[in-house]
Amino acid sequence: MQPFSYQSPRTADEAVAAFGRAGPGASYIAGGTSLYDVMKLDIVRPRHLIDVTGIGGLDRIETGGDRLRFGALVPMSAAAADRVVLRDYPVLAESLWKAASQQLRNMATVGGNLLQRTRCLYFRNGTGNPSAVGSYPCNKRAPGTGCAAIGGLDRGQAVLGQSGSCTAVSPGDWPVALVAMDASVELLGPAGTRSLPIADLYRLPGDTPQLEFTLAPGEMITAITVPKTPAGRRSTYHKIRDRESYAFALASAAVALDMDGDRVRAARIALGGVATKPWRAAAAEAMLAGRQLDADLALAAGRAALAGARAGTHNGFKIELGARTVADALIIAAGRTA
Amino acid sequence: MDSEDTTIDTGVPDAGAHPVSRRSTLGGGAALALLPLAGTEAASAAAPAPLAAAPPDPGQRLLLSTKVNRRDVRVEIDARTSLLDLLRERLGLTGAKKGCDHGQCGACTVHLDGRRVASCLTLAAKTNGREVLTIEGLADGDRLHPMQQAFIDHDALQCGYCTPGQIMAAVALVKEGNATSPARIREYMSGNICRCGAYVGIVAAIEDAAAAMRSGGAA
Repeated sequence: MQPFSYQSPRTADEAVAAFGRAGPGASYIAGGTSLYDVMKLDIVRPRHLIDVTGIGGLDRIETGGDRLRFGALVPMSAAAADRVVLRDYPVLAESLWKAASQQLRNMATVGGNLLQRTRCLYFRNGTGNPSAVGSYPCNKRAPGTGCAAIGGLDRGQAVLGQSGSCTAVSPGDWPVALVAMDASVELLGPAGTRSLPIADLYRLPGDTPQLEFTLAPGEMITAITVPKTPAGRRSTYHKIRDRESYAFALASAAVALDMDGDRVRAARIALGGVATKPWRAAAAEAMLAGRQLDADLALAAGRAALAGARAGTHNGFKIELGARTVADALIIAAGRTA
Repeated sequence: MDSEDTTIDTGVPDAGAHPVSRRSTLGGGAALALLPLAGTEAASAAAPAPLAAAPPDPGQRLLLSTKVNRRDVRVEIDARTSLLDLLRERLGLTGAKKGCDHGQCGACTVHLDGRRVASCLTLAAKTNGREVLTIEGLADGDRLHPMQQAFIDHDALQCGYCTPGQIMAAVALVKEGNATSPARIREYMSGNICRCGAYVGIVAAIEDAAAAMRSGGAA
């Protein structure tokens, strides 16, 4: 691992200033469950780490008023266990609950989780074994070197949003649920504060897969806000994995329904595990509006959500699996009481 | 408080003159690190600031002040050090195991301020001013913690490599209030992999120990 300097400022303003002073190679670090991991693999090589977890006041969950507000440093475990979140927004609680082990949820923060790096095996050099570093080309890790996943062992790769440069899946669960719920992130950077719809935080890989987020240099996430909606109670995060628990998604769906009897007034649907960024399924949402929900319509919506998907060699199953995951999520959510 | 009895000071300047190998660490256990405090370091009771941010080669050294198994620890570390490597290689506490070193197996599980974490993905620097509990600090003298006893009673292991992590995770699970059903125990133990497949015994041990911990008020 490349040597780095380490500091732990006490305020967000100090952290931003420290980032500016540190110059090239500066990086914020929160829980470190993603960043320290990829540092050990020599994929990311920061020269200056600015630990933001010592900043006071960013670890509160506020549920009053017309929105939920999560300070960026709330541990994932605390957000997953919050009573209001559990009762009124199961889609959010479940996305966290299914995202990791309790050990990692205690370490990882709800802000840092939004910036988790992909689990693409080629990005991680095949095995996670540091001795394999450099064995595989990867445009995300080393721009311009090519993509070993395309034409390679691509069972885990994306079927939506991929480019000729990169097919890596966006790994998160929480971001998918937040995209479905129209969340925003509050940012602080050298130019001050701004708010950004969370869907706009993520880039498609295109020709520049090394650029995953739209944060400006030195910007940090300070909070996540979720507009309150009664649809939150009829919601779920449905996640299909290779094993029953503690694994990344093969396919997942965040669904929230505004229902009038058995008729859908409005649906929110986002997909994980199948796309290169958290994927809002607007066409599927539109298909459901005003209609009576049954198993056939749910599956039709699932297929609409995966319309335009393109498979590689070994990941074609994700198209059918993704559609059925959405369909099952719709039925689960509709079965919940508002 | 008698600081000479309760403080582990690895005395970095000495480490160069008297190299500590893993073998001697294992042989000596934690006791090897019990050295008299250097006067200047002992005086720094306040949270130490990082050393001057010199050019980062060959790795910034940090003066770390933490507490491990209720004993004060003051040690100079390379900023890259994981909590797991600090415990195993510097403090001689080899209970927490290095399975995957990437947060995937749970063998390195310890408690940080009472919450379970993967020590392999925890920068040691993050433990400054905080409290670490490892498997070595779980028993009350010679009296095993109820979870340790339950793992023995239920044959909840074969090779034992994952066991310290399993037990530390399980103790935390009970305190979190998650030992409410076998299904919930399995879900909340999913971050601890047992390659021998002792899961049936592990779940039974946790159910048993949870009852003992509730009635006995064990920490």
